[in-house]
Amino acid sequence: MANFHNTGDYQTKQSLETFSFLPPMTQEEIYEQIAYVLAQGWTPAIEHEHPGAAFNHYWTMWKLPFFGEQDLGHVVEELEACRRAHPSHLVRLVGYDNYTQCMGSAFVVYEGRG
Amino acid sequence: MAKTYQAGVKEYREMYWTPDYVPLDTDLLACFKCTGQPQVPREEVAAAVAAESSTGTWSTVWSELLTDLEYYKGRAYRIEDVPGDPESFYAFVAYPIDLFEEGSIVNVLTSLVGNVFGFKALRHLRLEDIRFPIAYIKTCMGPPSGIQVERDKMNKYGRPLLGATTKPKLGLSAKNYGRAVYEMLRGGLDFTKDDENVNSQPFMRWENRFEFVAEAVLKAQQETGERKGHYLNVTAPDHEQMIERAEFAKELGMPIIMHDFLTAGFTANTGLAKWCRKNGMLLHIHRAMHAVIDRHPKHGIHFRVLAKCLRLSGGDHLHTGTVVGKLEGDRASTLGFVDQLRESFVPEDRSRGVFFDQDWGSTPGVFAVASGGIHVWHIPALVTIFGDDSVLQFGGGTQGHPWGNAAGAAANRVALEASVKARNQGREIEREARDILTEAARHSPELAIAMETWKEIKFEFDTVDKLDVA
Repeated sequence: MANFHNTGDYQTKQSLETFSFLPPMTQEEIYEQIAYVLAQGWTPAIEHEHPGAAFNHYWTMWKLPFFGEQDLGHVVEELEACRRAHPSHLVRLVGYDNYTQCMGSAFVVYEGRG
Repeated sequence: MAKTYQAGVKEYREMYWTPDYVPLDTDLLACFKCTGQPQVPREEVAAAVAAESSTGTWSTVWSELLTDLEYYKGRAYRIEDVPGDPESFYAFVAYPIDLFEEGSIVNVLTSLVGNVFGFKALRHLRLEDIRFPIAYIKTCMGPPSGIQVERDKMNKYGRPLLGATTKPKLGLSAKNYGRAVYEMLRGGLDFTKDDENVNSQPFMRWENRFEFVAEAVLKAQQETGERKGHYLNVTAPDHEQMIERAEFAKELGMPIIMHDFLTAGFTANTGLAKWCRKNGMLLHIHRAMHAVIDRHPKHGIHFRVLAKCLRLSGGDHLHTGTVVGKLEGDRASTLGFVDQLRESFVPEDRSRGVFFDQDWGSTPGVFAVASGGIHVWHIPALVTIFGDDSVLQFGGGTQGHPWGNAAGAAANRVALEASVKARNQGREIEREARDILTEAARHSPELAIAMETWKEIKFEFDTVDKLDVA
């Protein structure tokens, strides 16, 4: 029988699509996800946006997608540089898959508070 | 020299059994599993199938001589044993492309699975596979949007999509129904779905359902900041009402509608798919009635053929079974037709029940939908089996959560994201399912309770329709 004293009340959350229902990733976990993008042969790219405009399809690109990039360290450096330049913004990593002509992956790495 | 007319009955194999024939790239090829009456030779049965599904009839007729039947006839060109089944055999038939109207799955099926299935010389007949020539595929519109466009529109990347069928499936008022939808979407699902039985019954007329559901979708979207949708079922008694419902869904700003392609028929489905392409709407396809047609291992049409036909007729999602849930479905065979929905080329692979190479050209891909008796414990296996280009739908597995729909939705979303994350890290998630879910549940009381609720539920019955292997 339902016991209303120990029934939880699920509060609606603002969320940011893939991986936003998990606890924030550690640095190591973020690196593993970047490594997955590179291992798939996808082109990593970085986008950032003010949290108030997160619903838009287009976020601002950070430089161009890193075509041909194989070095995880370079991608991490660019993510850091983007965050330093836009500390109040959301920063997401995208993996462009040119075979499907779609994004194979996209997830928010840093959440600035706006 | 002109042929002379000789009235009478000839054996089919004189004209329709052509073992030396090399099929053309433009031929439509079919593989039938035939179980003939005893004493009828295999070649005669195969030739009869080729004849009755193309140009032949039981008697010679004079007007045959006014055309070139050598050009138009179907040809049985190969016979193979069925592994482990001495009474049946495979007959391969090649049909010239000009037997079929361009872009008409209706016409293809009317020929291939028409009168021939009632033919007395056969005890059973099953259409196992069709190779559509690329020349014919280019005459079909295919999915209105396809996987890539849907991902872009809905902003869902790098994971399967998450859905649920609204329950109880019949009897809710429109306002209460919209409540159930809102709760699931705010909890973290991407999509909710009308049950296939929900059309426009006395307890809930379609206009009312559409209006309340639209409010639920838009509110959940605004509150979560994620894109949401509900498959509004536009399946209707006639084409005009179907289109009227589709137009109202669009007017309400909804991204997706749904349709039952077998009960409504391919004419309705192709018409609706074209409407969706024109109007930028996504199209979810349910498959009620399929098991009547595809479940018997010796008679009917295998689902891989129906799946191919749907991709050509048009749909952005198609139910494929779950392999692990409450409904029938062999794993290798399911993977075989999931490939047909999503890939641009599928090679022949008998271990998956794929009888022909199939080139899909530029036809967009269709999301495979796994739905029916699945819950959080199945998620790691489902991610492994179906991969990212799928929609995983948990009806009872969302709404049966002790805390309600929103918590049930969140539990599924956490389990899904934890599985995808672990897969990307290189873990074998199907084998490590328990560890991965237990770990994720430490941060999610909703998931912990879902795991407790459904820990005992299994659906372990043997599959009725198995692949033919010795």
